Amino acid sequence: MYNIDVKNLNFYYGDFHALKDISMSIGKNSVTAFIGPSGCGKSTFLRLFNRMNDLIPDIKMTGEVNIDGRNIYSKDILVDELRKEVGMVFQKPNPFPKSIFENVAYGLRVNGEKNKKVIEDRVVESLKGAALWEEVKDKLKKSAFELSGGQQQRLCIARALAIAPKIILMDEPASALDPLSTLKIEELIFQLKNDYTIVIVTHNMQQAARVSDKTAFFYLGELIEYDATEKIFTNPSIESTQNYITGRFG
Amino acid sequence: MKKMFRGKKYFIEALWEGLLKISGSVTSIIIILIVLFLFSEGMGLFKKNVIEEGYVIAVNKNNPIKDLTPQQIKDVFDVKIETWKELGADVSGNQIVVLRLDDIPNYFPEEEIAEDMSNLPQIISQILDDNPGMIAFVPKDFTQTNFTGKILDLGNINFKDFFGGKEWFPTAQPAHQFGVIPIVMGTLWVSLGAILIALPFGLAVAIYSAELASKAVHKVLKPIIELLAGIPSVVYGFFGLVVIVPLIQKTFNLDVGETGLAGSIVLAIMALPTIITIAEDALRSTPRAMKEASLALGANKWQTIVKVTIPYSISGITAGVVLGIGRAIGETMAVLMVTGNAAVIPHTLLEPVRTIPATIAAELGEAPKGGAHYEALFVLGCILFVITLLINLTVEYISYRNKNKVA
Repeated sequence: MYNIDVKNLNFYYGDFHALKDISMSIGKNSVTAFIGPSGCGKSTFLRLFNRMNDLIPDIKMTGEVNIDGRNIYSKDILVDELRKEVGMVFQKPNPFPKSIFENVAYGLRVNGEKNKKVIEDRVVESLKGAALWEEVKDKLKKSAFELSGGQQQRLCIARALAIAPKIILMDEPASALDPLSTLKIEELIFQLKNDYTIVIVTHNMQQAARVSDKTAFFYLGELIEYDATEKIFTNPSIESTQNYITGRFG
Repeated sequence: MKKMFRGKKYFIEALWEGLLKISGSVTSIIIILIVLFLFSEGMGLFKKNVIEEGYVIAVNKNNPIKDLTPQQIKDVFDVKIETWKELGADVSGNQIVVLRLDDIPNYFPEEEIAEDMSNLPQIISQILDDNPGMIAFVPKDFTQTNFTGKILDLGNINFKDFFGGKEWFPTAQPAHQFGVIPIVMGTLWVSLGAILIALPFGLAVAIYSAELASKAVHKVLKPIIELLAGIPSVVYGFFGLVVIVPLIQKTFNLDVGETGLAGSIVLAIMALPTIITIAEDALRSTPRAMKEASLALGANKWQTIVKVTIPYSISGITAGVVLGIGRAIGETMAVLMVTGNAAVIPHTLLEPVRTIPATIAAELGEAPKGGAHYEALFVLGCILFVITLLINLTVEYISYRNKNKVA
């Protein structure tokens, strides 16, 4: 039930000005898609919301990212706590080399949950939430690597759901998957919208059009246009957006 | 024409392949030959007599004794065992009297012996006949004709005396003492100590360097660790001798500072670069995606290191540790310099010990080629080889299991 509010954000990798003076607001319980050509800064922008960029050396940032009214880059923010509120699903499925059960339970365990019953219930709930339960209920003790790519990605979503975040960030979650698995992920996003605020980075224009309520188009580190998805894909107000979505460049 | 061209290309490819194959097989064959050489030289020991070549041990013809172990022979001639009862034989008088060639004048006027050396065999026979409790260590040649004493058939050096023997005294007369227990124990103690010291330090530095250190610190740390690996072992030995040995002597208030502990510390320092470098590489090889996945779930840095990074790189870390142990077990010079080299079974790390490599290095020069001592050193080499082989196999097994294990 959170919202994200970004103000005058600039971001640098060393000397490279990766994000240029971006301001935008993302509403609660909505799906927002970031589109744009490779290297336009959309993934960098997404990773600011759970401070994943902190891991990268030699970066500089100015501006504010407010989540539910708090600036997450202020000094008194505990990054681990923030990341429990803001879950993330990565481009390539990255399950741990552990069992399916332990993958989902990981977030609970590192957050200090010891009660076996609570963990079990939460794992089942999360797997159901990620539409994976029916496929894995008989092999929870098996290695996560035995799953297909699409199943692994849904496992990663279940893993993110397990710690009950308010916001879920998805960094091209379907780019490494086949069309059928992609479809399943998209259906899942549709369902999750009711309970979570979702921000998704995608290369796939149709996907953005299918799943999102609002779409933001990035180009060369700038936010070019940000509007309702329907408007962006039918009647964009800026020419380069038009050119990109019609496939003239990108 | 086209076909021929193809054939030529294929020929060059095949030539390259053949060359690579040959170098591969030559290397393997050489390694196998070295191992075979080690074992064939070593096994010669078990065809050697218990007592020195060309000599026999003889007793009075009525003496019921049949067999003596090398240990018993040594104790008898060192007058540690003085009665036949202790050897389980019932001999009149019971007292053991030892006869070496030098002792003959005590029983026979020297002038008579000097007059005719060819009488010596007879003289020895006679002395043995006169003394029922006597045991003699004499040249085999003297016992060939008309010898009236009983020559003990002591047989060859056997596995039991070698691997179960508690004394290493290869130049002892009349019987060599080849008991490897003190030396093997010494090696294991020193190596174990080294690993216990090096493992926590090495792992800590590796984790720090791979996960926590800033770029600037890493830039300084890495070359220093690599420098550590480049220092010749004799320098470590010297350092150990001058710094660590006196320090241990003072700290523990010992008579001598040259102890197993000194060896362990020096070896630990020497094994550190190996452990650190390999463990660090393994830690770094953990995919960023794994670490990010953990952090994105709200795990902190430490939880990520303990629950994701270390389990992921555990086989690399074990490999580093084992290579470290391998270096420790095989290391010669530095250990030779600081451990005091006493071939006694150690009870604590604060006693002088002697390791297998140090023994080989120190004694091979004075052991005549083909002799029992020489061959015994080769058997020590075989033991070292087997120990390292076992360690390597264990690690292979562990990392294999880790790879297939699902936590």
